[in-house]
Parts: sequence; C-alpha cells; structure tokens
Amino acid sequence: MSEETSDPTAVAEPVVTGEPAPVVQSVAAARGPLALEAIGLNKDFRLSRTQTLHAVQDVSLSLYKGGVVALVGESGSGKSTVARMLAGQERPTSGSVIFNGKPVDLKSRSAFRAYKSEVQYVFQDPFSSLNPVHDVGYHLSRPVRLHQGRSVEVQREVMALLEQVRLTPAAQFKPKYPHELSGGQRQRVSFARALAAQPSVLLADEPVSMLDVSIRLEMLNLLDDLRKRLSLALLYITHDIASARYFSDEVLVMYAGQVVERGPAEDVTQQPAHPYTQLLIASAPDPDNLGSVLRSGNVAAGAARIGRATSGPAPVGCPFATRCPFVDDKCRAENPALQRITADRAAACWHLDRAAPALATGAIA
Amino acid sequence: MSSSRPVLEIRDLSVAYRTPSGDVKAASHVNLSLHKGEVVGLCGESGSGKSTLAYGACRLLRPPAVITGGQVLYSGSRTGTATALDILRAPQRDLRAIRWRDVAIVFQSAMNALNPVLRVRDQILDAMQAHLRLPREEAHEKTAKLLDLVGIPRERLRSYPHELSGGMRQRVMIAMALAADPEVVIMDEPTTALDVVVQRDILAQIVELKEQLGFSVLFITHDMSLLLELADRIAVMYAGQLMELGDSADIKVAPAHPYTQGLLRSFPSLHGARRDLTGIPGSPPDLRDTNPGCPFIPRCEFAVPACAEVDMTLAPVAGSRGIGHVTACPIVTPEMAKVRVPTEGVRS
Repeated sequence: MSEETSDPTAVAEPVVTGEPAPVVQSVAAARGPLALEAIGLNKDFRLSRTQTLHAVQDVSLSLYKGGVVALVGESGSGKSTVARMLAGQERPTSGSVIFNGKPVDLKSRSAFRAYKSEVQYVFQDPFSSLNPVHDVGYHLSRPVRLHQGRSVEVQREVMALLEQVRLTPAAQFKPKYPHELSGGQRQRVSFARALAAQPSVLLADEPVSMLDVSIRLEMLNLLDDLRKRLSLALLYITHDIASARYFSDEVLVMYAGQVVERGPAEDVTQQPAHPYTQLLIASAPDPDNLGSVLRSGNVAAGAARIGRATSGPAPVGCPFATRCPFVDDKCRAENPALQRITADRAAACWHLDRAAPALATGAIA
Repeated sequence: MSSSRPVLEIRDLSVAYRTPSGDVKAASHVNLSLHKGEVVGLCGESGSGKSTLAYGACRLLRPPAVITGGQVLYSGSRTGTATALDILRAPQRDLRAIRWRDVAIVFQSAMNALNPVLRVRDQILDAMQAHLRLPREEAHEKTAKLLDLVGIPRERLRSYPHELSGGMRQRVMIAMALAADPEVVIMDEPTTALDVVVQRDILAQIVELKEQLGFSVLFITHDMSLLLELADRIAVMYAGQLMELGDSADIKVAPAHPYTQGLLRSFPSLHGARRDLTGIPGSPPDLRDTNPGCPFIPRCEFAVPACAEVDMTLAPVAGSRGIGHVTACPIVTPEMAKVRVPTEGVRS
C-alpha cells in the first residue's frame, strides 16, 4: 500500500467531481452528538519476518449518540478488528480513536478502565461468552461493582438491568446458570452485562448471527429500543446487509480491510455504487424473487457469477480487482480511495461512472 | 406433486432421544416425500428436529436416539425390485449398498467433516474404494473429474483441508457426495457458515449439478429466505413436527400456519419496500414437554383452547390454490390464510 492512500486528506483525484474528496457527513449525525470517532485506523499483523497482513487499512468512522452505524463485510474483511481497536482491545498500527473530543489513551490501567466503562463490547457467541460456572447474578454484579463503584446497591442494580433487557421476572433469572437459558436469553444477559457499565457506546459484533431466525428480530428490536432509551451510540457489525438496512442509519461496507462504500443504509442497499456492494446485494437470498436465477436454471448469466468467490483479494491495486467486472489496468496498479458521491455517500472505485452510472451523473448535476 | 412414485418416502417417522428424565421427541409422525429431480427444503429452528429427521431417514442415528416408528421407503431406479426398500428394516448389507451410492449426505460444517490429516484426494479415494470398488486408475481419474465438476482446480487434489477456503471445503464435500452418482442427496445446512457471495456460488453450483445429473435434494436449513428461492417445495418443522408443507410459491404467498407466517415476518428483505417486521415472540419449546396438541400454542397469536386438543396431522389448507399445500393448524380459516406479509411498514 502506498503512503498516499493511507492519508485521508491526500486522496487521489476523484473521477466523479474532479476535486479532492471532502469528508463525508454521516447520516447518523442527525441522531445526536458525536461520541466516538476513528480516524485513519490501520492495523497490520506480522505473519512472519517477510509477510505482513494489512488487516485494516485507513478506516475512518464516527459514532453518534442515538445513532446506529453498521459495518458490513464477509468474514476476514477486518470488521471485527476495527471494533476491537475501538474497544481498546487492539492497538492500531496507526491512526487514532477519539472519544468525546479527546484522543483515547489507554496506557494507564485507570484510563483503560474509565474508557471501558464508556465503550462496551457485545460478543457474537452467547454460548461461549458467558462463564458456565457462574450464575446470571454474578455475571451482572461484577461489572456493576467494577464500573459503578461500591456505593451503589448492587443487587437492585442487577434487577434493574435484567428488567431493562426484559428478562422478567428478574428474580427468577438471577440465580440461573447459562446452561439453563436459551440462546436468546443468554444474549440478553450479554446485553445486560455490557449495559452494567453504563456505557455511552456499544460495539455489537454480530450480536444475532448465532441465534435462531425467529429470535433475531426480537433481539434487534431490543437493541434498538435500548439505543433509543439510553441514547447509545451503536456500532452494529454484521455480514447480513439486509438486517443493516432495517436496523442502521449508516452502512459502511468493508472488503479486504478497507471501507469500499459508505452512505445512508437505504441508499446503499437500494442503489449500491461499488461493484462489491452490488455483488453482495445480488448474492443475498431474495425471498421476493421466486423465479430466481437459481430456479430458472440460468445460473451462469446471473449477476451472482461476477467473479468466482474462490479468488482472494488482490495484493496490489484495488483489492476487488480480481473479481470486478469493470477492472482495468488502473485498478490493478492503484488502490482507489473513498470518493464522495453525494454529501453523505462515498465509494472507493475508479470506475463509478460505469459501475453506477445513475449515481455518478447525479453527483455532477 | 407428481403422480409417479417418490424416490424417497418418509412415512410416519418418529425419533426419540432416550434421556434419564424421559424421552425427548425429536421427530414425531413425520410424512415427507421426495420426487425425482425435486428440491425439497426442510426448514426449522435449531432443535426443531430437522437434522434428526434426515439422519433418522438414513438410519445414521446412534443411541440415545431411537427410531420409535415409521417407514422410510427408497425406490430408486437401481434397486431393481418392484417394491420399495424400507431403509429402517433393511439388512446391513443392503443398507451399505444404498448409502453413498444411492443416498448421499453433505454434512453440516465442512470444517469438521473432512479429515485434517488426509489429503483431499485420499479422502475422496477412500470413500470411493469403500463404496464403488473401482480399479485404481479409474478411481484417480474419477476423483479428478469430480473436482472439475465442482469447480476446484485439479492441483488442489494434493491439498490438505486446512489449505482450502471454507467454500472450497464445502465444494469438496459436495464432490464426495456426488462420487457415486446418487439419486438422493441430503444437504444439511451446507452453506450456513459461508459468506453470502460464496453461498450463492455454491447454491448455483448445486442447482447446475442437479440439472445435469438429475438427483433429488433434501435441503435442510434454518434460512427460510434461501429456501423460497431454491426449493420446489418447503416443509416447515417445529418441535419435531411438520407444521406446513407446500410449493414454495404457496408458502410465500399464502402461508397457512401461524408459525410459517411468523417466519416470513422475521427476516429483513433487501429489495422492495421496507416491511413491518414482527418476528415471533417467545422461545422455542422444550421437547421434553409432553403437552398434547399444537406445540406452537405458547407463541401463537391465534391460539384458542381447542388448539390443545388438535392432533397434528397435516390437512389441506382451506382456500389454497396449491395442490398438496397442507398444514397442521386446523383453525386456519380462509380469512386467516389471508394474513399476509404486509408490503409496507415504517421503522420507528
């Protein structure tokens, strides 16, 4: 990766506007004040002396109180690494995380704890993220003591938390052990545990992907409800772009460690600009499309066949170049930066004029 | 439904898991048939008994699972007899002859189903030697052809499973299942752990192969939206029992059972207007409960006292256009069948 592309202020010439790309305004900003901001986050993992994995490259995003930002991408696209850096679990190779206007510094133990009480993480798997030898009450009273101090009435606080995530009657759930709970109930305990710290930011890493379909919606509604009531800034990580459409304000699509497209959830899902987003949306099961590509037997012609899914990202140039139908020599040589399409949308593609002609012309007008 | 004899017919199959605290009825009185060239989707939540049903039908279950009743009739073209073979009562020798050759399974999670210390080629050869007894040369040639079939380059034959991506491993599993040119392929959540793009690729491949080779597919998944696109018919399972069975189009347009209706209102859609999503309140049932009647009562918005007494046999849906559209919910009236997925809705 060249130095230029990792600096957001010095992006290459955008094809669409012909001017340096200004910062894209997130639609989530309308929900409330800025809570957590990531600027130009990079994360490299040294695999060996000669090999480095660029897990996350130049990712910037902003979380606003009461707003939901969805991070969408396939497994290995770096979305969890972004969340782990935001949570302070992982130290960025470069770039900064800014909380309430101040750069986050986690060097001292007390600073780390103070940050943790503001930014909490919800894990994907409710089956392994709860300790099987402790009951629900223990799981919740510990963070309450840790983050709210010893003066609070811990037990009353625990009951309030259980009621907040609608595990009622709370007294009945408190002495239960994880194995006595269903998957949905366990994930509610995880939510309650995160809320015990009274955070202002919640990072939810695939919070429903392990749950049954009939339960998922209820959990997302609960999360949405908590966001509204507690005016939480929420980062929703998912591989399911359809749920991002319903649940989030802004969507960021990641591919091979980079944000390839961002914009309002409805716009991105209904009129995707980047070829990868288009592929992602064409691939999602579409229950409305009964006489679909699959059933008609006309599989080869479908949009789903853009690029074989077996080919990995390209090492140089645009990472999607190996699978992109619009690829040319420029794509193979140079990695495009995010370019502004409208005030709240951007995509990283050299050929937006061909990939999304309607959007490109709309931007000029 | 076609009038010809089904390739695989599950009749009144019941499976229970024996536990110290009583029998867990994982499947009760299930009837399901699979015709030639057909894709039947079996849809249900985790613990609904869909995998148990499929493995039970192949007699692959081990204690504490016990088949407590029913028949599974296989009448493929290769059995050569006029009468169908009852898999559940067949002698071991016949069973061995059918498995893999006629009825093959693509197991859930390809990560664990492949042996990590054997090369891909050796695993496929192993399966072929056990079931086909081909000469060495021929077996090698066939192995390479199988990989071509599922779109994996031949040089991958020498790879170990960990050197392949998740999608490739799943393709190897499919290739192995197709090794003996089976008539029925049972696929147990073959794409669940994969990304949507890879998933679509593999599904397209399955359909392509199905049309090329003419096998029937029993496709097990929890993802209803996938089945609506893929399957010819869909069977909806809940708490070990079939709730509804019908053509995909009928299930989609006029779902009869309240559970099916709930499932259809549970997943967000990407295309078209936003819908009002309600999901299904409550949680899946405990199969140890032996309450009579419909197991969906605690979560059903239409439940009436009579529901506790219904026997869960499938009956034609009143007012449905679809032939063979049946449901276990007897209180479904034509008015209720009209409760459709709303086309518009607003997010709060």
